Amino acid sequence: MGTGTATIATPGPGNRAWQGSVAEGAESPLSQFEISTIVPIDLGGVDASFTNASLFMVIAIVAVTVFLVGGMSRRAVVPGRWQSMAELAYEFVAGMIRDNVGTEGRRFFPFVFSLFMFILFANMLGLLPYSFTVTSHIIVTFALAAVVFLGVTVVALVKHGLRFFTFFMPSGVPILMAPLLVPIEIVSYLARPVTLSLRLFANMMAGHTMLKVFGGFVVLLGLLGFAPVLVIVLLFGLEVVVAILQAYVFTILTCLYLNDALHLH
Amino acid sequence: MDVEAAKLIGAGLAVIGLGGVGAGIGNIFASFISAMARNPAARPEVFPSTMLGFALVEAVALYALLIAFLVLFG
Repeated sequence: MGTGTATIATPGPGNRAWQGSVAEGAESPLSQFEISTIVPIDLGGVDASFTNASLFMVIAIVAVTVFLVGGMSRRAVVPGRWQSMAELAYEFVAGMIRDNVGTEGRRFFPFVFSLFMFILFANMLGLLPYSFTVTSHIIVTFALAAVVFLGVTVVALVKHGLRFFTFFMPSGVPILMAPLLVPIEIVSYLARPVTLSLRLFANMMAGHTMLKVFGGFVVLLGLLGFAPVLVIVLLFGLEVVVAILQAYVFTILTCLYLNDALHLH
Repeated sequence: MDVEAAKLIGAGLAVIGLGGVGAGIGNIFASFISAMARNPAARPEVFPSTMLGFALVEAVALYALLIAFLVLFG
């Protein structure tokens, strides 16, 4: 089970360690996260195949596009139901940016809105039966968090130049505390992409794993299987809340980091 | 000591931190209830911050769970 190396064991086609003591070929609660190739594409040694993860990312984007374009196609002054929902989504994110970043943040609305809608739809699509949760893989959430972190840092450097580094020295702190405080501030700044990605990944993976584990209990208990089914219903409700909440938290933290970058405390 | 036994003990130790998370979440919602009781009209103002705080504390719980998984299955 596993190798002797110190690499972090993550679910994936190459790492059988997650199968644990289960017999080869048997299903485990973690086998739902395995990536399966649909269209193999090899770009000179790099595996760029179209996988089930890619498929669900495409489905998420198509769903978001249909939702927004379809909703706004009528352009009525008094919105109907679909247009209301699309405008609600717009206003929600616009309000978030207005409250947390201010008027300078309006330039970033397309990015933040795309981020929010993609994560929301990707999380919600994972709740459908037999589907695949794109955001339950650390590489996906890390890619999103890395884009946010690098983008925010570049914005800050472009706007403030070298004065950006005064961000790590909060105002009103005696100079003697600086050698202690500045490294702590730098480490907590560098931890931002890690915590941002880990939060979304862990929430999605833990929720879906729990659902599968209780699903296993239903089969195991046979006649008494209605008790775990009740728990699964409640857990599913919790998962819907967590899906929406995690999309909101990712987005609002992006807005807060943007605010830090634009206004330097 | 057996590696398997050590892994199980390690996973058990990893989730001790969840006590702090429980206290944290209780703290956040206690403040929320207190704020709502003092000023019910402020509910739509305070609620988004409450949800943000709750999600941030819950994330720590999931970090602990992640470490437990890494210990158990790594």
